[in-house]
Amino acid sequence: MTAKKTLNMITQRAVEEGIAMEIGKTSKEYFDACSIIEMNEQDMKELGIMKNTNVHVTSESGEVIVKAVVGRQTCYPGLCHIRQGVWANQVVPPRTQSTGAPQYSGFPVTVESAPKERLKSALELVQGAVGMWKSE
Amino acid sequence: MPKVIENVGCPYCGCSCDDVRVTVSDDGKKVLEVENVCAIGTEIFKHGSSDHRIRSPRLRQPDGSMKDITYEEAIEWTAQHLHKAKKPLMYGFGSTNCEGQAAAARTMEAAGGMLDNCATICHGPSFLAIFDNGYPTCTLGEVKNRADVIVYWGSNPAHAHPRHMSRYSIFPRGFFTGKGQKKRTVIVIDPRYTDTANVADYHLQVKQGHDYELFNAFRMVIHGHAADIPDEVAGIKKEQILEVAEIMKNARFGTTFFGMGLTHSDGRNHNIDIAISLTRDLNKVAKWTIMAMRGHYNIAGPGVVWSWTFGFPYCLDLTKKDHAHMNPGETSSVDMAMRDEVDMFINIGTDAGAHFPIPAVKHLKKHPWVTIDPSVCMASEIADLHIPVCICGVDTGGIVYRMDNVPIQFRAVLDPQGLLTDEELLNKIADRLDELNAQEA
Repeated sequence: MTAKKTLNMITQRAVEEGIAMEIGKTSKEYFDACSIIEMNEQDMKELGIMKNTNVHVTSESGEVIVKAVVGRQTCYPGLCHIRQGVWANQVVPPRTQSTGAPQYSGFPVTVESAPKERLKSALELVQGAVGMWKSE
Repeated sequence: MPKVIENVGCPYCGCSCDDVRVTVSDDGKKVLEVENVCAIGTEIFKHGSSDHRIRSPRLRQPDGSMKDITYEEAIEWTAQHLHKAKKPLMYGFGSTNCEGQAAAARTMEAAGGMLDNCATICHGPSFLAIFDNGYPTCTLGEVKNRADVIVYWGSNPAHAHPRHMSRYSIFPRGFFTGKGQKKRTVIVIDPRYTDTANVADYHLQVKQGHDYELFNAFRMVIHGHAADIPDEVAGIKKEQILEVAEIMKNARFGTTFFGMGLTHSDGRNHNIDIAISLTRDLNKVAKWTIMAMRGHYNIAGPGVVWSWTFGFPYCLDLTKKDHAHMNPGETSSVDMAMRDEVDMFINIGTDAGAHFPIPAVKHLKKHPWVTIDPSVCMASEIADLHIPVCICGVDTGGIVYRMDNVPIQFRAVLDPQGLLTDEELLNKIADRLDELNAQEA
């Protein structure tokens, strides 16, 4: 059975994401910049996750497949980060503590190794969520 | 001859850099070179002259495809749907000039709907704290010329505001700061070891979501109760808290820049509230200011324009028509979406499709969805109607408010080639709504 662990997720900006967003959200650059999760190496070892392989992330409000990397901007053990954007928002809880701002940072997720799962494109995720996806 | 245009404004982040040099082709249709701009800004100007730009409104057909229509048809479609909707929501304005934001206010007042801007999912909690506790702030020019201690708390300008550190805070040599970075102390408080933390003198790796406790510890030290704080607070050792507090107390002029790390985490506005209280405490012993790291180049704009129009900066309920009302949690976009309260959605100058939590997108998509945006984005690809407009700062000028609420005149560098501006489009929609309202009356 695949190891599972509850981590604390944050979603924030990255310059690579900013550049890719201006190139276009359907671009390869955006896909490469945003469909990754940055984790601590210790957590990856515990979960049996190899660097640059896909993982399954589940939160109280959704799930997504992303690629696990260690990243230059490191997280401490127990913390993980998906750059803001389409993949992150599959799992961000919409609860706002009555302020309007969703829980973009600091929500529990479970992460498990899923090397055989496929990464979906931004369009497939968003159009798929609203029943408009027809295939590439 | 290619034309060089000086002092152009960059339409990306809240730095609103206005020293960009752009070289355009003879016919004014292509950007040939961009100087004094970050990697992200470069892409915006390049995108402005891309051959792939959408130049005509597109209406979704029953088979799911998009068909080109005229601006007149798009305006009629939008006005009719706005007129019919009981509680339409117009949301966005991160990438719109103030003229467009004023026209949006007119449109939604005529439609009797909800009007909200990106602050609602961004620095909205900061607004709430500022209402409660004040805002001892300054301009970025004062930071450049005076500040010798800089704190970045829950913000990562190396990534989100690429020229912030070089233009305003850490590196520039100002009037009283002639030695630049050599005479400044930089403190970064962030749960990650970010690229900003990499250039700091002190990095406090706070436990995520525990910023409030760390603020409290600093306040205790400033109030003279250092002996009472525990050995470790929010993952930070007491010795380090005391050391950093000492630097803060001895600042000639300090500024705290705070970002999404505070407004998106548990506590929301309370994190900002205590940051302001700490600034107030520090002002008893030194000179301190605080500033929100606003995300987009003119996201401070709607807060200013709508405050002077309606009295509130965001989360506006204009459904009563004769008076405005604001109550985040009730009138905020994501909360209304999750309660399925709005029956039409207009996404303008932003991308709710990519940046709202997906359950909110699913709710909004049950109803007519219009996207007004120069680019193909997630919001345009699920919209019923996509209306392309000029890019402010590229095809059209206008007033923008920088993150420190300083207004800056942006200018156009490219020929708009028939595209309408946000202001022109929204005023045409408002004109048509006025006609429909008059007919009904």
